[in-house]
Amino acid sequence: MAYRHFEFIEKHAWTLGILTAIMVSLGGLAEITPLFMEAHAVKAPANVKPYDPLRLAGRDVYVSEGCYLCHSQMIRALRFETQRYGHYSTADESVYDRPFQWGSKRTGPDLARVGGKYSDDWQRMHLMDPRSVVPQSNMPSYHWLADEKLDAKDIQARMRVLKRLGDPYSDSDIAAAPAAVEGKTRMDALIAYLQGLGIKNEPQPPAASTPATQEGAP
Amino acid sequence: MSCSTSECYNDHVVRLFLLASAVWGIVGMLIGMYAAAELTWPGLNLGIPWLTFSHIRPDHTFGVIFAFGGSALMGTCYYVVQRTGHARLAFDKLAEFTFWGWQLVCVLAMTTMPFGITQSKEYAEPEWFIDILIAVVWVSFGVVFFGSLARRRIRHIYVANWYYGAFIIAVGLLHIVNNLAVPVSLTKSYPIYSGVVDAMVQWWYGHNAVAFFLTAGFLGMMYYFVPRQAQQPLWSYRFSIVNFWALISVYMWAGAHHLMYTALPDWVQSVGMAFSLVLLMPSWGSAANGLFTFNGAWHRVKDDPAAKFMIMALVFYAAATFEGSMMAVKTVNSLSHYTDWTIAHVHSGSLGWVAMITIGSLYAMAPRALGRPAMYSHKGMELHFWLHIIGTLLYVVAMWTAGVTEGMMWRATQPDGSLTYSFLDSLIAIRPDYFFRWFGGVLIWLGMWVMAWNLWHTARDARKRIINPIPVPIPEPEPKQTPAPLPAVG
Repeated sequence: MAYRHFEFIEKHAWTLGILTAIMVSLGGLAEITPLFMEAHAVKAPANVKPYDPLRLAGRDVYVSEGCYLCHSQMIRALRFETQRYGHYSTADESVYDRPFQWGSKRTGPDLARVGGKYSDDWQRMHLMDPRSVVPQSNMPSYHWLADEKLDAKDIQARMRVLKRLGDPYSDSDIAAAPAAVEGKTRMDALIAYLQGLGIKNEPQPPAASTPATQEGAP
Repeated sequence: MSCSTSECYNDHVVRLFLLASAVWGIVGMLIGMYAAAELTWPGLNLGIPWLTFSHIRPDHTFGVIFAFGGSALMGTCYYVVQRTGHARLAFDKLAEFTFWGWQLVCVLAMTTMPFGITQSKEYAEPEWFIDILIAVVWVSFGVVFFGSLARRRIRHIYVANWYYGAFIIAVGLLHIVNNLAVPVSLTKSYPIYSGVVDAMVQWWYGHNAVAFFLTAGFLGMMYYFVPRQAQQPLWSYRFSIVNFWALISVYMWAGAHHLMYTALPDWVQSVGMAFSLVLLMPSWGSAANGLFTFNGAWHRVKDDPAAKFMIMALVFYAAATFEGSMMAVKTVNSLSHYTDWTIAHVHSGSLGWVAMITIGSLYAMAPRALGRPAMYSHKGMELHFWLHIIGTLLYVVAMWTAGVTEGMMWRATQPDGSLTYSFLDSLIAIRPDYFFRWFGGVLIWLGMWVMAWNLWHTARDARKRIINPIPVPIPEPEPKQTPAPLPAVG
């Protein structure tokens, strides 16, 4: 292109601004729009249910305490990952995750399938004082979670917002929430959330008659 | 000379941002240093929730990127757009609002996040009410910037301003799209996206916050202050045009490299990787353009600390962008992802490129904005340079070592195919690296104090309010000039 065309752009602020806006929008449009369409087409599998009130509260504790800064929840489709942590994570497992908690750094291990690996008591001791059960750990203690009670009204408000965003909570689910979190602390909620991670969501192994899916394909 | 009769530059708001960036630099790096210390000595949170690593880490990233970097970017942007357009900043009051508004954003964000009021989206943690304020300030910033461009007396828009313009447009777009959420209460909201879509939107944001906040904005700074400090014209103006369009269009495609081997569709991962490799070309193009501008003026490396900072910044920029493109290769990423290699990479970019080009530009701009012939202490600048470069190298080498160690240990298997190490083994192996990283951080932080001390003394006239405003040089009128030339007065 002849230089004078560029020169026109360089001398007219509006042209420069509009062309810049177009150029920066292309990449995002190309990559996000198809995902957005797919997200509306794909339904959650039958075994993936929205979080019950206690686990939802626990998930929000996980978010507000910033656990994602040291723990990922995304088992990559790599052999050494599935060996260490279990079946690789799939897209439909996180359909109810607002926001997603895949993480970007593992100062501690991945937690995508930590549910059921340790007892509730172990989890409680570990959160109260990590070095009492793992002497070499550098995780901080989160003992204050045991002192703070959950607020049932707030959890109902959260469920209503999630329902508005499309998560399939029924009115009776929301009405039953206060009973489910009665007398529970933020610690209880977090443990309930951790113990549910990956258990029910894990993709079922293929039946013996069908050929095994290729490990490693995302 | 008085400004009642002729037009003068608005350096008042520039000085405010200069002060803010020096203060936020110290605050943001102090938090980073403390967070690093907690990884080595986990008892340092003293049992206090808001002092715990996971609560202060967002404060460190927000403090250095948006408070320190943001203040430096807005300050230099206002300085550069006036000088390159030969016109005073548009809308004095709005410009001052962008300063106070941005400081309010930083204070609000950094006092809410440690108390668990967070969206948990990395680099976009502040909750919805702060996000709205950010959007308002950002639009005002755009109005001041483009308003000032409209007032310019030089028809040709200098390349630094294109980068500043792209930075303003893209960051506004990213911020708004990524933070769309429905509030539950003042302190809690849920994003409208979930799962995979949320992940893609977040890393499209996260990656391009790096692209447009930490790269395009600072390239704007580079394109003005490097030729200014080298006392030579830019090596190639046309080359800067090619690099600009390539950089802004390619960067936006590369976000998916943060999600390799995850549940993101495979085709998006591959597109992300391909564009990340292409991105190396405009990145090295800009670095080369900056470095070659010093051709024939390399002696300045010896006696001008500001130039020294700039040159090292460009070297680090070239190194970090090469590293970034390589880390986007899926094979490399399978080793580097989730490890401290990522931390090494961002810090070689942020401490090496971003902080050094900022410090170099501040040392170049401060005496002019503060009405002094030079910075107060030349030795102080030299000391800062060495503290900063040694600290950065210590930091980055420690984190590279840690990252590769983790990556190798996580994937190591015995001959029978079982894993060799537990996760804990890898943590124990890198504990010494965490100590050296902290120590590198201390050196860098001390350097920031040296800069603050130096700026304080350089600003002595400004503190006494006895600086003369600098009149705008009115160029000779051209036949078809836009805007119409002001009547020459004074």
